[in-house]
Amino acid sequence: MPENTVPSADNALLSETVSLRKIGRLERILGPENYRLLKGLLRTPASILGFSLIGLFILIALLAPVLAPPLNPNDPYKIPRDGFSAEPRPMFSEWRRNAPPLPFWWKTVFHSDQWVHILGTAQGQYDVYYGIIWGTRTAFKTGLIVVFSTFLIGVIIGSISAYYGGIVDNVIMRIVDVMLTLPFILAALIMAAVLTPRIGRSLLPSLIALITFGWMGYARIIRGDILSIKERDYVLAARVIGVKDSRILFRHILPNAIFPTLVLASLAIGDVVLSFAALSFLGIGTDIGYADWGQVLSFARNWITSLDRYWYIVIWPGLTLVLFVMGWNLVGDAFRDVLDPRMRGKI
Amino acid sequence: MITYIIRRLLLVPFLLFGVTVLIFAMLQLLTPVERASLYTRDLPKNEKALEGFIKIYGLDRPLYEQYWRWLVGVRDPQTGERRGGILFGDFGWSRTGSQPVAQLIAQRFPNTVDLTLWAVAPVILVGIWLGVQAAVHHNGWIDQAGRIFSIIGTSFPTFVFGLLVLMAFYAKLGWFPPGRVSDWANAVINSPSFHPYTRLLTIDALLNGRLDVFLDALRHMFLPILTLSYINWATFLRVTRSSMLETLRQEYVTTARAKGLPERDVIYKHARPNAMIPVVTLAGFSVVGLLGGVVITETVFNYPGIGSAAAAAASQLDVVTTLGFALFNGFILIVANLVVDVLYAYIDPRVRLS
Repeated sequence: MPENTVPSADNALLSETVSLRKIGRLERILGPENYRLLKGLLRTPASILGFSLIGLFILIALLAPVLAPPLNPNDPYKIPRDGFSAEPRPMFSEWRRNAPPLPFWWKTVFHSDQWVHILGTAQGQYDVYYGIIWGTRTAFKTGLIVVFSTFLIGVIIGSISAYYGGIVDNVIMRIVDVMLTLPFILAALIMAAVLTPRIGRSLLPSLIALITFGWMGYARIIRGDILSIKERDYVLAARVIGVKDSRILFRHILPNAIFPTLVLASLAIGDVVLSFAALSFLGIGTDIGYADWGQVLSFARNWITSLDRYWYIVIWPGLTLVLFVMGWNLVGDAFRDVLDPRMRGKI
Repeated sequence: MITYIIRRLLLVPFLLFGVTVLIFAMLQLLTPVERASLYTRDLPKNEKALEGFIKIYGLDRPLYEQYWRWLVGVRDPQTGERRGGILFGDFGWSRTGSQPVAQLIAQRFPNTVDLTLWAVAPVILVGIWLGVQAAVHHNGWIDQAGRIFSIIGTSFPTFVFGLLVLMAFYAKLGWFPPGRVSDWANAVINSPSFHPYTRLLTIDALLNGRLDVFLDALRHMFLPILTLSYINWATFLRVTRSSMLETLRQEYVTTARAKGLPERDVIYKHARPNAMIPVVTLAGFSVVGLLGGVVITETVFNYPGIGSAAAAAASQLDVVTTLGFALFNGFILIVANLVVDVLYAYIDPRVRLS
C-alpha cells in the first residue's frame, strides 16, 4: 500500500484536522500566513473598489502619452500653456496657441480636429487636463521612490537596532524619537526649503525631505517584529551551530518579519503622494508649470474670491487626488483588518 | 507613578538637546553668509567686511563651536551687545518678515492659540460622541455611515477640503470669509481704546465689550475650525469606536447588564470612562498638534498663525525664519507632550497605581 494515500472518509477526526485542499504554488511560496493575508485582501468589497481605483490610475499613467500627447516628447512633464493671461478659462474652450498634437481618438469621438481644454485652464493658461494626466505619472514616481527609500532605510536601521540591542538600540531609538518630535509636514517643508537653493527647483528637494523624515515609522515596526522573532527557537538553533550574525539577520529573521510591513509600506503610497502634493501646494519643490497635482491645485489659491465661477480649477485636480488617496486607503484598511488577529477565521 | 514621571522628565532635556541638534544640522546646509542672518539684520555689502563678519561670528569655526555660539549668542565687538543666542530667545532676523524672528512668532502665536481654543470642543467632543454612537449601534446604520464618513475623511487632503468649503461658503454664499477679521474690525482693534489684555483676539473683544468684533473674529475662524474638525473626526471616530467596542466586550460590562442596570448606565457610567483612556491621549496629541500651528489649514484660509507664517517663509526660501519656527514648535511640542503623558499616567489606573 502506498504511503501517501488520502485518509479514508470514515476517519472523521483526521479529515477534519488535516487539510485536504490543494496547496497551490503561490501558497507554498508565501507560506500559509501570508497567503491568508493576500486572500483576505482580495475578498472584501472595499478593497476591491480600492484595487480598481489604483488600477485605473495605473492605466492613466501608462496611457499618458495617448491621453494627452506632449508638446515636446523630451519634456512631457511641462504643462503646455495657451498664452499667458492670468484668468482661468472654462472647460472645452478652444486651444488657441501652442496646442500639443491632437490625440488620435479625439477625431473619432468628437468629430472635430480642434483640440480643446477639456477641463479648462488654470491661472496662467496651464491646461488642467494635461496636468492631471501627467501628474498621475509624477504621483506614482514620487510615491514609489519615497516608499521604497524610506522602507529600505527603515528596515536597515530598524534591524541593526533590534539585532544588536543595548547601547546601539538605545542611541538609534532616541534619534528616532527626536526626529519624530517635529510635525511631519513642517519638518519636510523646512528640509525642502533648505535644499532648494542648493540643488535647484525640481522633484528632488521634496523627495529628499519626505525620505529624511519618513523612515522612522518603519524602523520602529521592524525593530518590534525582529525583537519578537529573535527569541524563537530556530534563531537560537542557528546561533548555536555558529551561523554568522549578518546571515542570521538577513536569511533567518528578516524574511519572517518583513512581509506585513512591506505591504503596509507599499500602501503608504497614497499618503506619500498626499504629502508631496501638500508641499507643492505650499509652493515648495517643483518649478511652476510642472505636472503635479499639488501644483495644479495651488493655482486656485489666487482665485479664492471667485471660485464659484472657476470651480473647475479646484474640483478636477481635487477629485483626482481624493480618489487616488482613497484607493490606497481602502486597500490599506482592508489589510489592517486582515492583519488583526481577532479577525482570524472571519475573512 | 512617581518613577514614571521622573523617568519621563529626564527625557525632556535630552529631547530638547536632540531637537536643537537636528535644527542646527539643517542650518549647516546653508552657506556661512546665509547663516549670518542668525546674528544680524544688515549684512555688510563688500566682500572684505563680509569675511570679517564671518570671522567675528565664528561662522567658519568647527561645528561644536558654532553650535555653542548659536545657543548662547555672540557679543558684538564694538557695542558689547549680545547678538543671536537661541537660549535667550533670539532666533535671528527674518528676511521675509522684516523683523526679528522671535517678534514674528510672538505676533503670530496668539492667533494660533485662539484658533486652538475654539477648535478643541468641536474637534474632540463631537469626534468622541460620534465614536461612542458608532460603537453603541455596532453595525447599525450610524456605524456604517460613520465608516464611510471616516474613509472619505481620511482620504480628503486638507487643502482640497479647504478650497471646497471656501468655494461654497465664501465665493458662492459669502458667509464665512478667510483671513483673521474684517477691515472695520481691524480698525477697531488697532484703535487706542481697544486694550489687548490677553492678545487672544476673541477674549480681548469680549473683555473690551465689543461683541461685534468677537462675532466677526468667530466668523473668520469658522471655516478653519470646520476643516480641522472634519479631518480629525475620522481619527477620533475610529479610535473611540474600537476602544468602546473592546470595553463593551469586557466581563464587567456583562455583569452590569446581568444585574439589571439600565443600558444607558451600563454604557455611559461603566463602559465609557474606561474606553476613554486611549482617546484622552489622542485628544492630548491633537491639542498639541493644533498648538504647533496647522501649516496647511492656516495657509489655505490665510489665517495669520504660526503655521502659515512658517509656510510663507519656507516658500520664499527664508530658511532662518522657518527654522526659528521649527525650533519654537519643537519646544512647545516637547513640553506639551510631557503634560499629556503625565495626565495620561494620572488618568490610567494601571499606570497610576504601578
